[in-house]
Amino acid sequence: MIRFTAIRMVEIAVMLALMSLAIYGLIGLMPGDPIDLMMSANPHLGSADLARLKALYGVDQPLLHRYLAWAQAALGGDLGYSRLFSAPVAATLLPRLGNSLVLMGASFVLAFALALGLGIAAARRPRSWLDRAINFGCFAGVSLPTFWLALILILVFAAGLGWLPASGSATAGDGDLADRLRHLVLPVAVLTIASLGGYTRYVRAAMQDALAQDHIRTARAKGASEARVVWHHALRSALVPITTILALSFGTLVSGALVTEEMFAYPGMGKLIFDAVMGNDYNLALAALLLATAVTMAANLAADLAYAWLDPRVSYR
Amino acid sequence: MRLPLALLAAIALASLAAPLIAALLGADPAAVDLLDRFAGPSAAHPLGTDELGRDMLLRLLEGGRVSLTIGIAAAATAAALGAAVGLVAGYLGGWADRMLMRLTDGVIALPLMPLLIVFAALDLEKLGISARVTELPVINLLRIVGLTVLVGWTTSARLVRSATLVTRQRDFVRAAQSLGAGTPHILWRHILPNVLGPLVVATTLSVGDIILLESVLSFLGLGVQPPLASWGSMLSNAQEVIASAPLLAVYPGAMIFLTVIACNLLGDALLRQFDSRDRTRT
Repeated sequence: MIRFTAIRMVEIAVMLALMSLAIYGLIGLMPGDPIDLMMSANPHLGSADLARLKALYGVDQPLLHRYLAWAQAALGGDLGYSRLFSAPVAATLLPRLGNSLVLMGASFVLAFALALGLGIAAARRPRSWLDRAINFGCFAGVSLPTFWLALILILVFAAGLGWLPASGSATAGDGDLADRLRHLVLPVAVLTIASLGGYTRYVRAAMQDALAQDHIRTARAKGASEARVVWHHALRSALVPITTILALSFGTLVSGALVTEEMFAYPGMGKLIFDAVMGNDYNLALAALLLATAVTMAANLAADLAYAWLDPRVSYR
Repeated sequence: MRLPLALLAAIALASLAAPLIAALLGADPAAVDLLDRFAGPSAAHPLGTDELGRDMLLRLLEGGRVSLTIGIAAAATAAALGAAVGLVAGYLGGWADRMLMRLTDGVIALPLMPLLIVFAALDLEKLGISARVTELPVINLLRIVGLTVLVGWTTSARLVRSATLVTRQRDFVRAAQSLGAGTPHILWRHILPNVLGPLVVATTLSVGDIILLESVLSFLGLGVQPPLASWGSMLSNAQEVIASAPLLAVYPGAMIFLTVIACNLLGDALLRQFDSRDRTRT
């Protein structure tokens, strides 16, 4: 188990290193050069200043040199300075990461709990009207454009009824817990609805397979109550495939969070990445993208470990 | 299966016939009429007009043409790429299979939206392509197709691989192998025709996924650029005037929703069809 975890950690580190190199190379290809911007902002700068600025920021060096210098500083904990926020990158990232984890965590727990209820209800009576209705609902959920759903909810609950705030994570100057929770309601609702359809379909499929297994018949034959058969015997074996698929869908959750945060101007990682890429804030974009990838990979690793814990037949040596 | 198919066919036909419908109504989807902005439904404009006084119905159909073209072109490309990966992984097995599936799972597990935004923001001019070329609408379309293919190929790769694993055990494949047929020949003539079912399912499902992805990118301003308009970019414009004209945001979203759910229901129905056929055969 320890060996398996160690190998996976090394893999994740290698993946992140490769991705950082790839993203570093790609980011230089985005429109707008920070030095050009400085030059055009100040008419007194001449070509000698251009060369000096390039040397100062190190952009006269070859790409690989610049990357290695960045990597060395990053490993030492220095992620550089954000042009957009005029603050160190690390200080900008961490509060945003916290906000995003709150949003994604709440949506994930809510969507998973609802999916368990709906998926099990559907799997217990295949082809009943309830199963069909839930199945149709799932298709509707996965086919709904997230940003459109957000737009409609803002229109109805924020602009129309005025019940809930449409943007941000707290009212300026207020920001107590109740206020923060009110700001979370709409984004969490959107992200939950966006993930619910897929999750419910996974749960339904896994539960249907689990309920068809021999040990379920044995449990019923020895007189276990229906509730115990479903929630104890079947769910236990269904949780194994469910964990795997949910782990793979964590990247989708991050993607959904980006769109949701952008729609609700929620100060999380997704909006930060979007703003950094759009605003040519290279240092910030690079660090934020790597952090989002690292969080996703860590979640996948956690799911692999949960998989072994849930299924005693699986052992990672 | 009939209902989603009919719905898809109706949307596709209406979008393709947009110029014809425009001629019948005697209107031009690009005609601006600043005196008739935000108009309600009327005989001349069945769904009213948008923020520039353009006919909403015709704009929706034009947008559908762009969205569907991207969806179908990208799904077909993604299916071809995914099928190649799935066939090779499933048939060769062993080392090649492990590497390719590792790659597929890796792509699925990545946070794709943030990465796609980086790709979408790339400046083609910095790659040495001239501005005159990069501003062509065709390049704009090709670019979105390329972006969506990057993430869209995984579904068909997985479905084709598992179908290939089953097919390669069948007697006619073994017969071809023992007759000395080469691997490309077996893959093309014997395996591919037998994995077309799952491939069709994967392609149908991807059309929906890709239309959704394109709409998000266009909504964020990274997808379809003017003069072209897709449902996603129409929503992006509608968002700015949402307080005064909420219906402008409702129509394109509803079109995306209807098209994507039709693709998903059709894909699911096809999947069941192929599943039950497999079961009766073996």
